[in-house]
Amino acid sequence: MSRDGWEAVIGLEIHVQLQTRTKMFCRCANRYGDPPNTNVCQVCLAHPGVLPVPNRAAVHQAIRVGMALGCTIPSWSQFHRKNYFYPDNPKAYQISQYDSPLCGEGVFHVPAPGGAFEVRLERAHIEEDAAKMIHAGGAGGRLTGSASSVVDFNRAGTPLLEIVTRPDLHSGEDARRFLNLLRATIVAIGASDADMEKGSLRCDANVSVRRVGDTALGTKTELKNMNSFRYLERGINAEIERQIGVLEAGDRVRQATMHYDVATGTVHVLRSKEEANDYRYFPEPDLVPLEPDAALLDELRAALAELPAARIERFVGQYGLPEPIAEALGTGSELARWFEELARLVGDGRLAANWTLGDFSAHLNAAGVVPAESPVTPARMAGLVRLVESGAVGTAAAKQVFAGLVDDPDASAEAIVEARGLGQIGDEAALAAVVDEVVAGNPAQVAQFRAGKVQLLGFFTGQVMRQTGGRAEPKTVQRLLRERLDGS
Amino acid sequence: MALTEQEIRHVARLARLGLRDDEVERLGAELSSILAHVSAISALDLDDVPPTSHPLDLTNVLADDEPRPCLSTEEALLNAPDPAPEGFRVPPIGA
Repeated sequence: MSRDGWEAVIGLEIHVQLQTRTKMFCRCANRYGDPPNTNVCQVCLAHPGVLPVPNRAAVHQAIRVGMALGCTIPSWSQFHRKNYFYPDNPKAYQISQYDSPLCGEGVFHVPAPGGAFEVRLERAHIEEDAAKMIHAGGAGGRLTGSASSVVDFNRAGTPLLEIVTRPDLHSGEDARRFLNLLRATIVAIGASDADMEKGSLRCDANVSVRRVGDTALGTKTELKNMNSFRYLERGINAEIERQIGVLEAGDRVRQATMHYDVATGTVHVLRSKEEANDYRYFPEPDLVPLEPDAALLDELRAALAELPAARIERFVGQYGLPEPIAEALGTGSELARWFEELARLVGDGRLAANWTLGDFSAHLNAAGVVPAESPVTPARMAGLVRLVESGAVGTAAAKQVFAGLVDDPDASAEAIVEARGLGQIGDEAALAAVVDEVVAGNPAQVAQFRAGKVQLLGFFTGQVMRQTGGRAEPKTVQRLLRERLDGS
Repeated sequence: MALTEQEIRHVARLARLGLRDDEVERLGAELSSILAHVSAISALDLDDVPPTSHPLDLTNVLADDEPRPCLSTEEALLNAPDPAPEGFRVPPIGA
């Protein structure tokens, strides 16, 4: 998207809340949405003398994510303290990882309509989340202008996985596509619900630009907390444009933390970053190292399901689907499962893809349900597809039959067609009677047609369809109409 | 090894300690002597010794992911200097 002569270079830092029953270092519940300060204890409130104990399930989830993203899993890893003062961090340090993360380098493969691309991952490490600050007095709970703040420690100490990419992305669209597939992968293995709106998936972007052909990286800015995929894409593109504008005006890009304003679509400086943070990392003395052994890694690897990237490529090969269609069907596990069952039942992948992405997806969106919650099972849908393919039901009536499948969960497609009289009328004598009636009832249009306004054929067809409730077989209708209209 | 006054003030600021000028001088000398004591280890040939972050010969000390009773909100707020009904009230944060 960037302008001629410029190349954008983008790396992402992604935080994912791991799905566990308890927190990272204590056994308080890890649950979103509870009343403030109800899942807290001496450990996550940082009372003196307490000791953290890491959550086995969180460590395993983190390793599974690392494996699914193509990261190496080092045989030795340890925790570090990251020191800073802020009310959301009562120990005055966050337990994190520094130079020995749980998951090491990897390469994540992203299928894309314009050709697949690869994003190198630098690392993925475990850390604890901070408490939540509720800012009283500031507009909309914002910090600016607040009279005081209240701290809710329910989130304090819940497990996070921070995933850091190399600067391998070059546009907002690539970043969105990458993050969407990364999210789908994490959801597919059940490691997190990775919901940007709830904050269980958060993404910051490091953005810089350079002249095409340059090898050195330009000065980067950090774009913070974009809370949807759309804003991630737009925010990055706005920042790329801003930086190109600055450089073309002969100025220089200053290192800063930037904020994307959704309302105006512009980017502005949140705080300048001239002085580097000094977090004084050092090994966490309260926690001993992690050494995942081969048996554990084998066990975790064996339990990984088919991942979205592999599934998308399989759909292209197995069903002969175009890449964008395979991507739409294969990214989410539930829709993929529904589609494959329908494809098996009707024995035609392309046909199944059309129905899955057409009426069925529209119904899911309208009803706000996931495939497993829909009354339209692949088996019931297959009944309708067969009726349409055999010509027993027309495409217009098929929409009504589909609505019937949604409204009446116990009825088969055949039963709905029968009960509602939606079968296609192919009988020539029956259709001829309707056609004659329409021709006789519209003398003005007949005259115009005969004077050369042939596009009126559509008008006549529509009239016949209306009279038959959309059930007339269109080819026969058009032939009969032509015979009547051309004939005299 | 003697720390510069600038280094002492930087470390004090990171620790949010407000030091008077005479304290900067006194604590600077004390901190320098502690560092000098620890740096005796540099005299040894330790090329083949990996950095030791833990003296214990233990790894993989992990807990099962089973919830245990926590504190009630009332108990949690007992030590709060300025409790609000829903949590710990803190002064506004300077941006």
